[in-house]
Amino acid sequence: MTATFWVIQLLNGLSFGMLLFLLAAGLSLIFGLMRILNLAHGSYYLLGAYVALWAVEWSGSLAVAMLAGISAVVALGVVMERVFLRRLPRHEELPQALLTFGFLLIVGDVALWIWGGTPQSLPTPPALATSLRVGPLVFPGYRVFLILLGAAVGVTLWFLQERTRIGAMLRAAIDDAEIAESTGINVSRLSTLVFALGAALAALGGIMAGPIIGVHPGVDFEILLLAFVVVIIGGLGSLKGALVGGLLVGCLDNFGKALFPELALFTIFAPMALILAIRPTGLFGTR
Amino acid sequence: MIRALGTTVGALALGLLPLALRSYQLGLLTKMLILAIFAMSLNLILGYGGLPSMGHAAYFGIAGYTVALLARGGLTHFGLELGAGIIAAALTAALFGLLALRTQGAYLLMITLALAQVLWGIAFGWRSVTGGDDGLPGIPRPVTGLLWSVGDGVRFYYLVLVVFAVAMALLWLVVRSPFGRALVGIRESERRMEVLGYNTWAHKYVAFVIAGALAGVAGILFVYDNRFVSPAYLSVVLSATGLIMVILGGAGTLLGPALGAAAIVFLENIISAQTQRWPLVLGLIYVVVTLFAPAGLLGLRWRRRATRPS
Repeated sequence: MTATFWVIQLLNGLSFGMLLFLLAAGLSLIFGLMRILNLAHGSYYLLGAYVALWAVEWSGSLAVAMLAGISAVVALGVVMERVFLRRLPRHEELPQALLTFGFLLIVGDVALWIWGGTPQSLPTPPALATSLRVGPLVFPGYRVFLILLGAAVGVTLWFLQERTRIGAMLRAAIDDAEIAESTGINVSRLSTLVFALGAALAALGGIMAGPIIGVHPGVDFEILLLAFVVVIIGGLGSLKGALVGGLLVGCLDNFGKALFPELALFTIFAPMALILAIRPTGLFGTR
Repeated sequence: MIRALGTTVGALALGLLPLALRSYQLGLLTKMLILAIFAMSLNLILGYGGLPSMGHAAYFGIAGYTVALLARGGLTHFGLELGAGIIAAALTAALFGLLALRTQGAYLLMITLALAQVLWGIAFGWRSVTGGDDGLPGIPRPVTGLLWSVGDGVRFYYLVLVVFAVAMALLWLVVRSPFGRALVGIRESERRMEVLGYNTWAHKYVAFVIAGALAGVAGILFVYDNRFVSPAYLSVVLSATGLIMVILGGAGTLLGPALGAAAIVFLENIISAQTQRWPLVLGLIYVVVTLFAPAGLLGLRWRRRATRPS
């Protein structure tokens, strides 16, 4: 266990944490505005990655793949929100959870039908397949890129929420949807927009994880679980919580897998249980 | 009167069916009864207490693993295995309840799911004890501590039927007791029950532990039935299947969850014989039931508490 080991593990943990942030941010935003616990969030990761894989084989371009993956998932998210979730009574968690769980099963099984059971991964973009040298340390370029991308998405989301007109409308609607509606804010359209944004972030996560985690049947459940742990730790409805929770869980998971391979998941869940015992709504949750 | 008649006819039918059914069909009926116990246990907290859980398979699976490990270790006594499995399930529910019942609604769903996944993760990862993904095969059924041996299908069916009847009777007593009435009161308005002087947390907690213990009973029978245990017994898919059984049959009714369990087991059997796409069909069932039959087959709507938490 040299210093190099720790630094590299930390880097891996942080880059994985940024992926988790992308996934948890969407889950958290959707819950914050609509109080919907979207269990199909893992499907967005899965579908985004598979469609991107398909597109990259067909077009050879990673940019096209990214666009295709995100568009497909946004389409699914918008259909789920407008056609299905709207028909359920508002503020009832269980029907929403069961409906979205149905989608989780459907998307997972259809994906297995189309793409088969073999684990697959996306190619690393050639420009990022290099490594960075800092003194005696060698960092994989793609990991560094993931950390920068996560940071950029975080700053953009923060700017959107705190400094723009849409962000102000969103904050008003989260605070009190009825009063926001009465001041002329179209909460219905805002909900669809947030759902689309959340789905897009999860798809981006799936595509960006393509070269390092890849995609296989069951990854939707794994990712959903990790995203849940992130929002349980960070608090539902909080962007800051998604970021802090994501980085924390990313590092815990990585060190856990490296140090105690048989009990890997335990290194995430023990801190989660501890935080639950002290703060049931998470570090930054409001309720 | 009608209800008493229905109960008698139902009991007679379940008691006499082994004479008419082929062994394969009897095996299906056995599975229906076992999963009915699981769904009924979940219904105690979901239907009567208004507490949705996405992690009910945790108690089913931990009891199953406990009994599997004991039986493989050489224990053969039914009563001892049953007791050990129930205690393991009840203790797990007591621990999870402490953490989960501090929250409600979406948080409760998410936390119960995550806690159950902890056990799934241990069962999956700890290969030297649990066999990992492959599970533990060849688990012997108990041979002592029973009134009749349960080696063959018909005799095992009657054991399951007796346990099912006892579970049903116990739940009937619980929901009709002052405790059960208070639980329904908490579902309808927790704050009102608090003002009336009830310790609402204790009621929810006790119901949570009873439900966990009963789910454990189902898990033990399921291990005996399949002579096998695997991480699937702890999975979120099983937890969610329990929820859809309860909703499909009718949450908050005594018989509904059992009917829901029978319907899902029956459908799975028919569809799996035709195609490998059962998860797809199950997913469609979730969508259709939540959109078009939220009240379930028996119709009594599970309502959320009238007051929103502030």
